[in-house]
Amino acid sequence: MGRYHRPLALADALATLAGGPATVVAGGTDVFPARLGRPFAEDVLDITGITALKGIGLDGGWLRIGALATWSELAQAPLPPWLDGIRRAAREVGGVQIQNAGTVVGNLCNASPAADGVPSLLALDAEVELASSAGLRRIPVAEFVLGNRRTARRPEELATALLIPEPGPGARSSFEKLGARRYLVISIAMAAAVLEPAADGTVGRIRVAVGACGPVARRLPALEAALRGLPLGPDLAGTVTPAHLDGLSPIDDVRGTAEYRREAALVLVRRAIRTLTEQA
Amino acid sequence: MTGTIDRVGAAAAETSFLLNGRPVTIRVPPIRRLSEALREDLGLTGTKVGCNAGDCGACTVRIDGRQVCACLTPVGQVAGRHVQTVEGLAVEGPAIGGRGGHEARLTRLQASFHRHGAAQCGVCTPGMLMAATDLLERNPAPTRGEVEDALGGVLCRCTGYRKIVDAVMGAAEDGIAFLVPQAGAAVGARVAKTDGIAKLTGEERYGADAMPADALWLRAVRSPHARARFRLGDLAALRRAWPGLAAVLTAADVPVNRYGIYPTGKDQPALADGEVRYRGEAVLALVGDADTIESLTDADIPIEWEPLAPVTFEAARAGGAPVLHADLPDNVLVRGRVVKGAVDDTFAAAAAASVVEVETAFVEHAYIEPEAGWARRVGDRIEIVACTQTPYMDRDEIAHVMGLSREQVRIVPTAVGGGFGGKLDLSVQPLLAVAAWRLGRPVRWTYSRPESMAASTKRHPARIMARACAGSDGRLLGYDFAGDFNTGAYASWGPTVANRVPVHATGPYHVPHVRALTRALHTNDPPAGAFRGFGVPQAAIAHEALMDDLAAKLGMDPLEFRHLNALRAGEPTATGQVLEASCGLAACIAALREPWRAARAAAEAANRAGGAVRRGVGIGCMWYGIGNTSLSNPSSMRVGLRPDGRIVLYNGAVDIGQGSNTIMVQICADALGLPMDAFDLVTGDTDLTEDAGKTSASRQTFVSGNAAERAGRGLRAELLRRLNVGEDAALRLEAGCVHARDAGGERTLRLADLEPDARGDVLSAVGTFDPPTTALDEDGQGVPYATYGFAAQMAEIAVDLELGTVKVTRIVAAHDVGRAVNPIQVEGQIQGGIAQGLGLALMEEYVPGRTENLHDYLIPTFGDVPEIECILVEDREPLGPFGAKGIGEPALVPTAPAILNALHHATGVRITRAPATPDRVLAALRAAGVGVTP
Repeated sequence: MGRYHRPLALADALATLAGGPATVVAGGTDVFPARLGRPFAEDVLDITGITALKGIGLDGGWLRIGALATWSELAQAPLPPWLDGIRRAAREVGGVQIQNAGTVVGNLCNASPAADGVPSLLALDAEVELASSAGLRRIPVAEFVLGNRRTARRPEELATALLIPEPGPGARSSFEKLGARRYLVISIAMAAAVLEPAADGTVGRIRVAVGACGPVARRLPALEAALRGLPLGPDLAGTVTPAHLDGLSPIDDVRGTAEYRREAALVLVRRAIRTLTEQA
Repeated sequence: MTGTIDRVGAAAAETSFLLNGRPVTIRVPPIRRLSEALREDLGLTGTKVGCNAGDCGACTVRIDGRQVCACLTPVGQVAGRHVQTVEGLAVEGPAIGGRGGHEARLTRLQASFHRHGAAQCGVCTPGMLMAATDLLERNPAPTRGEVEDALGGVLCRCTGYRKIVDAVMGAAEDGIAFLVPQAGAAVGARVAKTDGIAKLTGEERYGADAMPADALWLRAVRSPHARARFRLGDLAALRRAWPGLAAVLTAADVPVNRYGIYPTGKDQPALADGEVRYRGEAVLALVGDADTIESLTDADIPIEWEPLAPVTFEAARAGGAPVLHADLPDNVLVRGRVVKGAVDDTFAAAAAASVVEVETAFVEHAYIEPEAGWARRVGDRIEIVACTQTPYMDRDEIAHVMGLSREQVRIVPTAVGGGFGGKLDLSVQPLLAVAAWRLGRPVRWTYSRPESMAASTKRHPARIMARACAGSDGRLLGYDFAGDFNTGAYASWGPTVANRVPVHATGPYHVPHVRALTRALHTNDPPAGAFRGFGVPQAAIAHEALMDDLAAKLGMDPLEFRHLNALRAGEPTATGQVLEASCGLAACIAALREPWRAARAAAEAANRAGGAVRRGVGIGCMWYGIGNTSLSNPSSMRVGLRPDGRIVLYNGAVDIGQGSNTIMVQICADALGLPMDAFDLVTGDTDLTEDAGKTSASRQTFVSGNAAERAGRGLRAELLRRLNVGEDAALRLEAGCVHARDAGGERTLRLADLEPDARGDVLSAVGTFDPPTTALDEDGQGVPYATYGFAAQMAEIAVDLELGTVKVTRIVAAHDVGRAVNPIQVEGQIQGGIAQGLGLALMEEYVPGRTENLHDYLIPTFGDVPEIECILVEDREPLGPFGAKGIGEPALVPTAPAILNALHHATGVRITRAPATPDRVLAALRAAGVGVTP
């Protein structure tokens, strides 16, 4: 059995990681299921004692989600409407027990293809803050998740926060999750969208991402470009075509066929966009 | 050999926290799961472990007031925080009787659970209570939706959730006053469970909850292959490398390494001998101290595998596949057959005929309590304490496996955290017995969730081809059914399915000409065994699709078509049996008529508006023979009177949550003429109780209920005789005396004056009942069951035409139960059965190696089970105790057909492959050209 570290200071956590690899534990909601029937043989770094990693707040044009911020805290924090999408995702992660313990940053670091938070983070242009004894660096979420259970985090680094840039005025967001039951369900497919309307009632900027339709969630740049400048109205969702989703690479599994995922993703993207236009 | 096992490794550290308001310090590895620390290190077993993966919520506790999964929380994280478990819920408030005479205190929430029948097996109840406590502290008056959101992370497999929501909504109501029926008024009363309090306080002991401190641990090494030969490597070297190993058991260590339900089907080894026949089959048992057993991984075990191409269901059906069992060269375990009349001729003359093909999947019982127990050797006897549905069969089977006499085996069933048929087969028992016998020490074993799912039996996948025809008057003429059932690697209950299905194949209708043929086929899949309905739910999908289609072809309303053809008293069944009474299907269908018409009209009106969501309403009917098919299945019950005037019911009928511990007392109390609250229960211990048979085939209320009634009447007769009073005398218990009053005045019997027997009873009586049936002849003609349950259910659904998702929005269920001994429990069975039927219809499919957990294998959650209206039709069964029949399995059977028929009503598309997952529904809609109309 390995060692268990639960430091109270970030510097101590980073020193531990500098000293050798350790499995980072926050909410434990992904780490423990992965250890079912297997003992913890490796060293563990439990970061839940580090107060500096807590909290969610807007600061200098960025929303900071600390590494210990849970889904419940995100769902319950007083936040502006442009975060409605990811807050809806927060209420769809597992059950309340999972939302009370699981963290937004942990969900990202676990890098499941079906991670409920990632499509919204992509659509929000979020960045990950990584700390090590050598200092801090920030990289976009799109460059952080490399594949199924693979991220750009180096073994000596700790993901300390997510940083989301404040969008333009009137921005809003949406999220659609498809599962085969109501609660406690792994997504078959997901879509997230963030809209920054232009002053003339057209689409200023829109960012759309789809999850669980490939090893990593993906933005749909062709769609985003096609929607720019179109009028914000009930017809907008209908302009999404299957070709806009060409970048997806869904697989067959017990939750659904690849073909189904492709069709469902199209529907979810349209609905996510419809939600944005209906909010107008 | 004694002594405790040191579970504290080198990495242990002290953690201090508040536990239920009291400071505690434990010294364990801080990465240990809080659930394990609570149960193993702190002795608080009220927190249950269902999955160790955050998938089921059974282990939900509150940390600083917030609900979390204890299985996902490292002990190190609770330092300085407040952990509340179910044991810490009620620390003040009035006390009432708890388990074993202890005083228990209940919060209003717990009391509301008790009143509403919100706990059935009770294994999810601690988690439900903790989640609800968290909610109610923040929101004392939640809406139903808020309750579902807050409790949505806890799975329940018994209740269908509705009564749990009711209980949380009703928690603001006052008091812990529960209905206590007067003498003679117990049957029919909405009385709370006699064993309910312990399920609410965490006191109840399930399979994993009362392990001896000095027990060795056992773990099985299981096959990763569906079919393989294997060679064991150097086990002596393994023992040397792991000094904590006390034994490594192989097939050679099992005295008689073949067991099975039927005398002719003893084909399953406790440990495979050189060849495995399904993924998950046990090949070795490791026994040792906890740390060793938990640290050993399969990679440490020297086994050389030679995988072979598995026999699939398709290959077995086609014939010519490799042979699984040498005595069955065609892999056919058993054939079932019911033939009456000249079915082929009827189709030529019929006004309408329909054909359907049905395909169903493996379905997992998914009880929230994994199999668990322990065993010890006591002299030349072996004692097994484990969760089971069938202690007496376990006793005989363990005697067989161990080469002992049945008197040398004692089975002590624990409370059972859900069974549904899955705990009718042996699980932990044989290897625990072998290990404890050899080592002379107690040995314990709890299945992990993946192990439970991989190793245990499943519902049989079916491939059914059926056709039916009717005349222009709308009356059914013929029914022709051929069904293959995938019985997996071993016989288990396969013969039961193959024999029960043909009897029920037509559905609950009068059909003059019938041919129903079945085969149970061996494959390299998990053994398919007993699961709520024994094949009848699969067959019901076929007959209910055919009824809808015939009605459409004849231009008749689907409900009226069924009402016309409903089997009525005096009409013969497919086996030629004529039911004389208690044949209430037509009444059930009639009870649905008004809601049916209103719902169909509303759905059709809504659909005219177009849009992505289409509504539909479907109906499903069923019948179900109570008890074994043409086999003796007796039950005996003993009731005794203590010198102090307490009454003891020796109840060998295992309560798996369905409520027999309550039903038996209700029936016996009214038969005796004394009140329920004078009763104590001694439950299912093969040394202490009579053989009540198994908890299966919906038989306990009917069969054991009759035994309880007879026992009660026997004791009453003895009291009346000693008191020398007439039949109609009223009895009363007071201060160790029985008082009787009749027209001749009052007489008194002082119980302390009588000599107690070895049990401590001064008077006792035994009642026995075996349902009258006959053998079936070669055409399946005869009387297979003494009585049948009947039901009609209607389902309202909404289908998303763009995503293929199906949301069930309401179910109305009308059930003929003969007599509802306890309406709360009957409703609970109906609602829980409906939830499982909904899962069968829409989401449940077990795939070996792919869905061995509760996040890939989906069962319905709080948000998936709709409002359910229960209509109890009480067409009294003259043979039943106070007119009662059974409800356990009937509840599930019509649900999936009703939902699939609703899907057809909504979309015009007939789906006959279950489950109707979103991808399958969408593919079927696309193939039929059904889409959103602009």
